Amino acid sequence: MSWNSAAEFFAMGGYAFYVWGSYAVAAVCIAGEAWWLVRRARTLQARPGLNGQQSIRQP
Amino acid sequence: MAINIWKYSSPQTFYPLAGKLAPWFLGLAAVLALVGLYIGLLLAPSDFQQGNAYRIIFIHVPAAWMSMFVYLVMAFWCAVGFAMNTRLSFMMALALAPTGALFTFIALWTGSLWGKPTWGTWWVWDARLTSELILLFLYIGFMALHAAIEDVRRADRAAALLALVGAINVPIIYFSVQWWNTLHQGASVSMTRSPSMASIMLIGMLVMSLAAWMYAIGASLLRVRIIIAEREQYADGVAAGAS
Repeated sequence: MSWNSAAEFFAMGGYAFYVWGSYAVAAVCIAGEAWWLVRRARTLQARPGLNGQQSIRQP
Repeated sequence: MAINIWKYSSPQTFYPLAGKLAPWFLGLAAVLALVGLYIGLLLAPSDFQQGNAYRIIFIHVPAAWMSMFVYLVMAFWCAVGFAMNTRLSFMMALALAPTGALFTFIALWTGSLWGKPTWGTWWVWDARLTSELILLFLYIGFMALHAAIEDVRRADRAAALLALVGAINVPIIYFSVQWWNTLHQGASVSMTRSPSMASIMLIGMLVMSLAAWMYAIGASLLRVRIIIAEREQYADGVAAGAS
């Protein structure tokens, strides 16, 4: 463990904005992609084929 | 007994397989990311030159590697699509593009956040940064071109051609730090010499890269399922309209 206290960990030696900013942007991007995937899948389910058939033909 | 891989080149048979595999890859990505974050944020010591600012590496380098690797995989599927005329290959390429663009964006953004405290600037037009920005535009161009063409099969081919031509940018990004004088440092990890960083830092970076790799596979498998279903639905609609 390279930290003495939680405060020291969150301060990142004065680089908190840059370090946590990087981790935050990655987290936000991944959450955004997950949200987009779920939304696309829901839209698909809500609108079964135009002829009323279920979305995918299983083999 | 040999497994018939051609069986899975049909979208209808690949659809359930992708659905079965995706949760495994995403679960593995989550476990690896937790281990990687533990190593990178808690175990690894601070750097003697950069203090704790270097910890951006655990996001930046995996994202940058994946941005290039995903592009190569995407171009590979485009080439397979051209050579074999398989619909699923083009769908795979289309499924990979948003995830690749996401990693490119993360690499650029975190690079900027790293550049400010270490170089004193958010952005410079040096070869590494500029070619990585072009990579983002290639991903966006690929998706935009595909979306702009009504006929899906023509869109597949046009976008695939763009992806293949754009593949030349990947070695340019990779070797830019050797070919030109760049503000960006050279490779910290290479096949030919021992890495220029402490082994615990290197392990953290490699674990995070594996997590990013697994995530990219899981997310694109989920997306390829959506693309298969969307096209199926569209084809059904066209068939219904024609009859």
